[in-house]
Amino acid sequence: MINAKERASIEKVCMIAGKIMLMSGAETHRVEDTMHRMARAFGVESAQVHATPTGINFSTGVAEMNSFLRISKRPTDLNKIAEVNKISRRVTAGELDMDEAYVLLREIELAAPGYTPWVQIVAAALVSGCFAIMFKGEWVDFLPACLAGGLGFVVMFYMDRLLEIRFLAEFFAAFVIGVSSYLFVSNGFGMELSKVIIGAVMPLVPGLHITNAIRDLVAGHLISGISKGIEATLTAFAIGAGVSLIFAFV
Amino acid sequence: MTILAQLVTSFIASSGFGILFGAPKKSLIQCGLVGMSGWMLYYYLTPGYMNTVPATIFAAMLVSVLSFICARTFKVPIIIFNVSGIIPLVPGGLAYNAMRHFVENDYTTALELSAEVALLAGGIAIGLMFSEVVREIVRKLAPRK
Repeated sequence: MINAKERASIEKVCMIAGKIMLMSGAETHRVEDTMHRMARAFGVESAQVHATPTGINFSTGVAEMNSFLRISKRPTDLNKIAEVNKISRRVTAGELDMDEAYVLLREIELAAPGYTPWVQIVAAALVSGCFAIMFKGEWVDFLPACLAGGLGFVVMFYMDRLLEIRFLAEFFAAFVIGVSSYLFVSNGFGMELSKVIIGAVMPLVPGLHITNAIRDLVAGHLISGISKGIEATLTAFAIGAGVSLIFAFV
Repeated sequence: MTILAQLVTSFIASSGFGILFGAPKKSLIQCGLVGMSGWMLYYYLTPGYMNTVPATIFAAMLVSVLSFICARTFKVPIIIFNVSGIIPLVPGGLAYNAMRHFVENDYTTALELSAEVALLAGGIAIGLMFSEVVREIVRKLAPRK
């Protein structure tokens, strides 16, 4: 039997691991699996975990006290998921005790994102240009798509900080993409408006939410799957509405 | 020449998405290769051999199996590879066209396109589930030491 002090630190370690993973965009079934494995490695056989995209419930047994954690921000960072995964492997292999694991996890939680905003903006611009080519566009559409996509990503980045409502940020970013692509093409910079726009909105597409929603639904996590699916649909709607708004004016 | 352009652009697009999602720096090349393979299969199959929906299913299957192999080999979560690999198959262009027709009050075409988008998303779902099938088979046939 574990005493109360041990139980508290097990809860602390498992919760922080789950928190980092959920915030970085992991699938809920992976979060629950990781927390389970770590709890078992610390000697808790029947840990109860329930994770949703917005919160985690954890208790060390059916009749034990329950701890709860609210997740509000979810900036995607796959690197942190991989790092937590490494820690959990070492914990299950018995290489780390509770305190060491907690210190390492805390470091991961506080670590800065792996890529600076500038690198991400450049990546978004390149992605946009490449998608314009992949969707059978001409090379003249490459640069306008790059510029519009990079611009849209910058707007998205700063609007998200300003408004703290992701869907609105996506809407404005898509609107800026629509307007700038229209201006580029009507001034002879770029040939096909639709290719430029499609390429430029691709960095905003909710690919992570779609794949996560499917993975969660398949694994039987119906609530998480459905809520992530709704998140993806709302994002797609915000992008579509924002980008099409330009056609209402011209 | 077009094939070469497609190879290069799909590679850059997939690994670029890896950067946007904050994938580990070491995995970016693999992300690009997974995405490139999926996209090239899709590009080869459409429109010559089959419709977009079955082509998307097969391409997504390839992406999910390759991601599974990468995840196993490099001991990182599978999500890193299949998220950036699946991106080229997401029907962004069609969804955009559907939205555009809605805005232009052409609801008939818009609904047609939306139905196709829904089918393609379902196709991606089926393809992604395939890696779960492979995982179960591998686990049952070759139990871990």
